[in-house]
Amino acid sequence: MKDILQELEERRSQARLGGGQRRIDSQHAKGKLTARERIELLLDEDSFEEFDMFKAHRCVEFGMEENKPAGDGVITGWGTINGRMVYVFSQDFTVLGGSVSETHAQKICKIMDMAVQNGAPVIGLNDSGGARIQEGVDALAGYAEIFQRNIMASGVVPQISVIMGPCAGGAVYSPAMTDFIFMVKDTSYMFVTGPDVVKTVTNEHVTAEELGGASTHTKKSSVADGAFENDVEALSEVRRLVDFLPLNNREKPPVRPFFDDPARIESSLDTLIPDNPNMPYDMKELILKIADEGDFYEIQEDFAGNIVTGFIRIEGQSVGVVANQPMVLAGCLDIDASRKAARFVRFCDAFEIPILTLVDVPGFLPGTSQEYGGVIKHGAKLLFAYGEATVPKVTLITRKAYGGAYDVMASKHLRGDFNYAWPTAQIAVMGAKGATEILYRSELDDPEKTAKRTEDYEDRFANPFVAAERGFIDEVIQPKSTRRRVARAFASLRNKKLTNPWKKHDNIPL
Amino acid sequence: MFDKILIANRGEIACRVIKTARRMGIKTVAIYSDADRNALHVEMADEAVHIGPPPANQSYIVIDKVMDAIRQTGAQAVHPGYGFLSENAKFAEALEAEGVAFIGPPKGAIEAMGDKITSKKIAQEANVSTVPGYMGLIEDADEAVKISNEIGYPVMIKASAGGGGKGMRIAWNDQEAREGFHSSKNEAASSFGDDRIFIEKFVTQPRHIEIQVLCDAHGNGIWLNERECSIQRRNQKVVEEAPSPFLDPETRKAMGDQSVALAKAVGYTSAGTVEFIVDGDKNFYFLEMNTRLQVEHPVTELITGVDLVEQMIRVANGEPLSITQDDVKINGWAIENRLYAEDPYRNFLPSIGRLTAYRPPAEVVTDTSIVRNDTGVYEGGEISMYYDPMIAKLCTWAPTRKEAIEDMRVALDSFEIEGIGHNLPFLSAVMDHPKFISGDMTTAFIAEEYPEGFDGVTLDSDALKRIAVSAAAMNRVAEIRRTRVSGRMDNHERTVGDEWVVSLQGESFDLHIEADHDGSTVFFDDGTSYRVTSDWTPGDSLATLMVDGTPLVLKVNKITGGFRIRNRGADLNVHVRTPRQAELAKLMPEKVAPDTSKMLLCPMPGLIVKVDVEVGDEVQEGQALCTVEAMKMENILRAEKKGVVSQINAAAGDSLAVDEVIMEFE
Repeated sequence: MKDILQELEERRSQARLGGGQRRIDSQHAKGKLTARERIELLLDEDSFEEFDMFKAHRCVEFGMEENKPAGDGVITGWGTINGRMVYVFSQDFTVLGGSVSETHAQKICKIMDMAVQNGAPVIGLNDSGGARIQEGVDALAGYAEIFQRNIMASGVVPQISVIMGPCAGGAVYSPAMTDFIFMVKDTSYMFVTGPDVVKTVTNEHVTAEELGGASTHTKKSSVADGAFENDVEALSEVRRLVDFLPLNNREKPPVRPFFDDPARIESSLDTLIPDNPNMPYDMKELILKIADEGDFYEIQEDFAGNIVTGFIRIEGQSVGVVANQPMVLAGCLDIDASRKAARFVRFCDAFEIPILTLVDVPGFLPGTSQEYGGVIKHGAKLLFAYGEATVPKVTLITRKAYGGAYDVMASKHLRGDFNYAWPTAQIAVMGAKGATEILYRSELDDPEKTAKRTEDYEDRFANPFVAAERGFIDEVIQPKSTRRRVARAFASLRNKKLTNPWKKHDNIPL
Repeated sequence: MFDKILIANRGEIACRVIKTARRMGIKTVAIYSDADRNALHVEMADEAVHIGPPPANQSYIVIDKVMDAIRQTGAQAVHPGYGFLSENAKFAEALEAEGVAFIGPPKGAIEAMGDKITSKKIAQEANVSTVPGYMGLIEDADEAVKISNEIGYPVMIKASAGGGGKGMRIAWNDQEAREGFHSSKNEAASSFGDDRIFIEKFVTQPRHIEIQVLCDAHGNGIWLNERECSIQRRNQKVVEEAPSPFLDPETRKAMGDQSVALAKAVGYTSAGTVEFIVDGDKNFYFLEMNTRLQVEHPVTELITGVDLVEQMIRVANGEPLSITQDDVKINGWAIENRLYAEDPYRNFLPSIGRLTAYRPPAEVVTDTSIVRNDTGVYEGGEISMYYDPMIAKLCTWAPTRKEAIEDMRVALDSFEIEGIGHNLPFLSAVMDHPKFISGDMTTAFIAEEYPEGFDGVTLDSDALKRIAVSAAAMNRVAEIRRTRVSGRMDNHERTVGDEWVVSLQGESFDLHIEADHDGSTVFFDDGTSYRVTSDWTPGDSLATLMVDGTPLVLKVNKITGGFRIRNRGADLNVHVRTPRQAELAKLMPEKVAPDTSKMLLCPMPGLIVKVDVEVGDEVQEGQALCTVEAMKMENILRAEKKGVVSQINAAAGDSLAVDEVIMEFE
């Protein structure tokens, strides 16, 4: 009997060694942790429960029958993050380069099925050379099985991908369909075709880092939602993100004890808006001063800076924030900003996370590059996302809300629950100067007259009261009491129930 | 007494004057420019009058506009503060013409002391010790040697037109005087086109010590001890204290008596300051007299108990002084630190903008401790480009110098200023500098002790350990809170461990923490322990802790895996990890910041107006490379050393963020 127990321990330690000490050392030498070390950092201490530790591939081609490592290059199971259940898979680059085989894929599919059934997020730690070439179509079938589950799980449980090594070819499409992708700087890359193929086909000379490194995907392509310095920081930040997210779409977003007075008065907000309407200010200061404890988890910080997205807590409960940023492109909406915010709003709506929208928007960015790029359809995404969202929606207009962009930014007309404005708000079809130039075109050569007309237009519309008279603004509030007003608004919406008409699914302008 | 006075100033000094006036039951009128519409002094005053656009030469120092404000409000007297119109005889004259009292000296005294040569002459006539020297022109080297001998070595040979150290030589003997004369003369001729030379005594180990005087219109004059102002950066005072750690009672009395004699010689009334330079042997020489309230007057108020602004108002009202020289005592020690919106890590470049956080330490008055903060700003306010970049004057008083310094350290640690660069870390560093602590400093202190500028503070092992145990205790609170999130698996909650590894400033400590109801005891692996108590909760940006019975105040921000902690001028990233996390973190590659020594970085957010060089150009040290416009100011960026331009990343019209690379060198 003892021998049998002993044998289990021996098999376990063999499996835990993955591809062996030499490969582990080489993984470390690259500045990367092993698949098991990563799981240790992601989950609460000693909380990991493994599945399929001994699962092995069944391939007999190209000598593979001689090499059947236990676990087949991926470690799967569940554990807890601050006591809340998550499922995790972690690809082991030391075992056959973390390549995806039929059985490797089966392991991932198993925990994904369980995650959907049991209502817990899936976190994938990607570090894989790609499909296992020796298996041919079996490996491709494995990928597709994972893809199908990504799609089915989407909107049911949060899915988070962390790219911690190579992720190339078809492999990219699994993370691509998850809710969030994070990358590790300098040690991870993602692309559909690698630098060699690029060189052959298009004659472009490009490094893997330039083609698909963390900087490319956080700043240029917006494929990734964030990048971190190293494995340790990345996993620590994923833990922090999970603390904001509900475990599934049937649960309310999490609440935790907080140490910040919901009625905190912030006198400094009374001077946030500069006297000069063309001067920028930092919208993030407002976000931090509304949030519990000044804690903000920003999503896509390095992309489309003219709109800010991320999570805060108010009275301990998660809230998604979307805010125009006057510091970048005057806070206008463009293709990138619309896409970025639309996806964020849909995530929040899918997972019952209330949305706070902070508005200072001069309109849509004009120009041929925007029109040729399809700003009509991309802008409509954000409009659509806000309009279909049934979660609690609180909106605050701090300064400009001009034209169609006013409508888009969670206006009353898109079923905003609370639409607040600061006294500095200006809600109009356009800026006063532009408006008078159109209305009084014939008087343009008379600067005095034009100035007077502009003044008149400003007097009429450069305030929130016209909108408030119509009921489009529920209340004009003092900037300093914003946190209290917003907190009470969300508190009153905790039992909000709103359902859209039955449909198979909508047809958002993709 | 006046019913209403106008304060012809702004910022902290306007607020300071308003406070005293209010206490005396006098109504106050503020004046403000466009840039100060929302300023604190406007809010504090009973009335406020707008006097024009932001630049001072279109508002605060336009006599006609100030006079209009006086007429409009019916103010009976004007306090000019310091700077602006405070030493402007024409302004005093204008007030006199309208029968409005000037809360300051008579215009004759302002004029007499306003001119360097005249004031020195008057001082000599009043038997005030002046720097020995020969003001006339010197013909040749022989004459230079003769004069040098009369003055006594060492001497300084200076170009009349000189400045910035050019055309200046120090001579310790005849030969050096001869050589110095020739080289100064040549340099002066080539640099300034003016080869006139004069010679004066070279003061060794110079200190800047000044005497506060107070005179009424009835012939009474007293001195209220000295202020030591030797800690200066480019002639801008940074730290002042009273009394001076250097003076003895005899020297103090001699300086005081001479100062009063000088004041009387010019018919002085009101508060004034006589500045001296004092050498290592306590010889003192008159520099100049400031005919106004000084910035650093609070330290005098703190050790004498006299409200100088009140005295100025009473004197202006014609009252005789109610205090005599015998009433003036030295009670305890006071220190003032000037907080400037100047970034010490960027060679004290002015930093303007919005104060996203401004939380000064609580003002305290007890028998053993006073914390006073004179300020004109508030959280959400603006440090504008138009005026002096001073944010606040933080003063502490205690029975002894040592205690006053310690109180200042804690007050600085508790002072939260965010949104702009400021010199608070530098002030903390000075408060911990052994030379300052010993009181052994000269006006060259900053130049000598920080020759390469300021690049932060390295804490000693004991300070590090105290911060490490504090971080461990705070981290424990934060981690336990994280485990209280909703949606946990019953019976499978996370328990927060007792073993932590804290790393900071390149060092790492293995800690064991034992928590109880009142706090935690934190053990090091050598068995030593610290007791930590605190009411810190997550999100507090200021942590007030007791570590083994000693108070410790930390500025705390959350970073990934730990805290950013600022204390005593140090700015640390403190990581708190479980032993396993720490072990794995050690495997992470050290990422070296890119070498920026061969790059020109944009020092502030701004617009590139002009690029003066092209790729391949060889540039000399000091050569203009490009011009960046920030807040309407054009800043010329120059080469720090010789090099060849290898790449240019910006063109005219580009708008750059701080630290963006403008160009690179080979």
